[in-house]
Amino acid sequence: METTTKEEEANAVFAEDPINKSLSNEDKIDLLRQMVRVRRFEQVALTEYQNDKMGGFLHLYIGQESVACGTISILGDHDHVITAYRDHGHALCVGMTMNECMAELFGKRTGCSKGKGGSMHYFAPDKNYWGGHGIVAGQTPLGAGLAYGVKYLGQKGSCLCYLGDGAVNQGAFHEALNLAQLWDLPVIYVIENNGYSMGTSQERSSAHPEAGLAHRALGYNMAWDQINGVDLYEVRAKTKKALDRAHNESKPTLLEIFTYRHKGHSIADANADKYRTKEEIQRYMHEHDPITNFKDTLSDEGLIDDAGYKALVKEATKEANDAVKFADESPYPDVSELTDDVYWEVDNNTEAGRTGRHFFH
Amino acid sequence: MARLIEYRDALREGLDEELAHDDNVVLIGEEVAQYNGAYKVTEGLWKKWGDKRVVDAPISEAGFIGMGIGASMLGIRPVMELMFFSFAYVAFDQMMNNAATCRYMSGGLINVPIVVRGPANGGTNVGATHSHTPENIFANMPGLKVVSPSNAYDAKGLIKASIRDNDPVYFMESTVLYGQKWEVPENDELPDGELLVPLGKADVKKEGTDISLIGHGRAVITSLEAAKILEQEHGINAEVVDLRSIRPLDEDTILDSVRKTHRAIYIEENKPFCGVGAQIASMIQERIFDYLDAPVLRITSVDSPAIYSPPVEKEQLPTVSDIVEKALSIC
Repeated sequence: METTTKEEEANAVFAEDPINKSLSNEDKIDLLRQMVRVRRFEQVALTEYQNDKMGGFLHLYIGQESVACGTISILGDHDHVITAYRDHGHALCVGMTMNECMAELFGKRTGCSKGKGGSMHYFAPDKNYWGGHGIVAGQTPLGAGLAYGVKYLGQKGSCLCYLGDGAVNQGAFHEALNLAQLWDLPVIYVIENNGYSMGTSQERSSAHPEAGLAHRALGYNMAWDQINGVDLYEVRAKTKKALDRAHNESKPTLLEIFTYRHKGHSIADANADKYRTKEEIQRYMHEHDPITNFKDTLSDEGLIDDAGYKALVKEATKEANDAVKFADESPYPDVSELTDDVYWEVDNNTEAGRTGRHFFH
Repeated sequence: MARLIEYRDALREGLDEELAHDDNVVLIGEEVAQYNGAYKVTEGLWKKWGDKRVVDAPISEAGFIGMGIGASMLGIRPVMELMFFSFAYVAFDQMMNNAATCRYMSGGLINVPIVVRGPANGGTNVGATHSHTPENIFANMPGLKVVSPSNAYDAKGLIKASIRDNDPVYFMESTVLYGQKWEVPENDELPDGELLVPLGKADVKKEGTDISLIGHGRAVITSLEAAKILEQEHGINAEVVDLRSIRPLDEDTILDSVRKTHRAIYIEENKPFCGVGAQIASMIQERIFDYLDAPVLRITSVDSPAIYSPPVEKEQLPTVSDIVEKALSIC
């Protein structure tokens, strides 16, 4: 990871990149607001998890907000997004509401997936958001497929397919990389490298750790880049190059974005502060936090002061608290709805859906 | 009389017609294009339709099937060939998790209109790894559909219906049947101008009164031969019921048959434990117990991995004499 001084220098360089130069003052505040919204949503969700309002896993994105926020902020109409189970940040950044996301955590019918998916399985096809996938690297061939679809339909677009650093050792990922390069698919694989696949550090899980993970692209002759995820400007600037490559050349890119999760792998991660030193966690929280970094950048640019930032936090907190109220007051799905949304033909009461028995309980 | 064509030719006609019917249909698989298909099912289609519609994939089943699932979310309709359905196991996460559950986990916002097709059969001395018959495994998963045609007519009608279906369909063929011929009408002989066989509709392949031989895939053909012997040598008039599609399942046709014959055997080339026959046997005793004059029996492959040794493998799969013998035990 870069030192703070180098980060400041990098900020300055990437701030001058056309994709960032073109931002209005309002756009910049919006980017900060978006990251704050993601963080406050999750902090409030954590409290509600501890209040027993939800079951299962809760994989928090806290500390990684600049990755989803920065990359998604540059997308257009035919650019698609698919990710793994740490999916709340991407969901809010593509425009899903806190209400539908919180209600999904609560297992309510008003959730984005009607309470059928949970934390790991958010979807919003109308916003080009294709999940939310629970199996490590299982989404990576799907990402190639979304890019294949875009290309097949003759659109100028792409798919941003996110994965964690633990996913790079799964076979499906390598099959997807090969197909992407072989068939010139406009897919951008974004490794969100937070250093740990659950409790196993990169050094203990990936061969040749000193080279980093984006180097895996070399085996496929694929373009790659490494990005300091602390700096939102750098994330945007470097992702834009990959997006241009996808749009203009229909070529894939493998990006590795260095980031850090402040919390454990999930809330159920009892060892979150055992496989990492307290000093390491504190250092990232206080010296390399992407939200603080961007707030300071905008402060230096004279766009926001402490009062302004506090107002953003307050606004996001209210939105998250309102979402809790909405989720609390929403009904659970009915048991009779268990077999809805299994077969398209049955749901749509087509002739095919009415022919033969589909369910056997 | 309608023309006779091979099972593989019937499949090819079905694929060809669906390529013409919908621009978003694309065939993807190992050796399906330039090589003309490992079993010649897709022969000539790449030459006719070109690179965009008929695509040679690397040996990368998890990759290209997962890719097809992703593309299908945007409205593409990939028809993906597994050279052997046994290779589904290297794509299992994609086929079981992603294809089957994306619709559910999105609360119905997504559907996955893919077909994965290929041969799922033993009997060709290719050893245990290439002889899997996973119809029961995939039919166990809500969200998936499983089809297993026993003849060329059904193969053509069912592949067309499967491609038009908006849910994932796993279409299991048989290399033993590929070269066999059946009557398949030309389109201009058909009232609707094309051959579509709906999923979820079983077919009585031979009417009878004394016992119901129920099965899917090639076991239906074996059952028809057994029915002939039962009739000629034992005076037993067996009815042969072909499921055609395993999920959705046409229970009514099965129950109607057994209500009439009062005896039933399920025949399949799959293994016995939790096989399709177990589901059918359970359903029959639960629904029409009082109609039964004998226990519902099952005939399956011998419960070991598929053996290589050619003469012994013949005995591992259900034979005509297995069926005759078992029928006689309850008639």
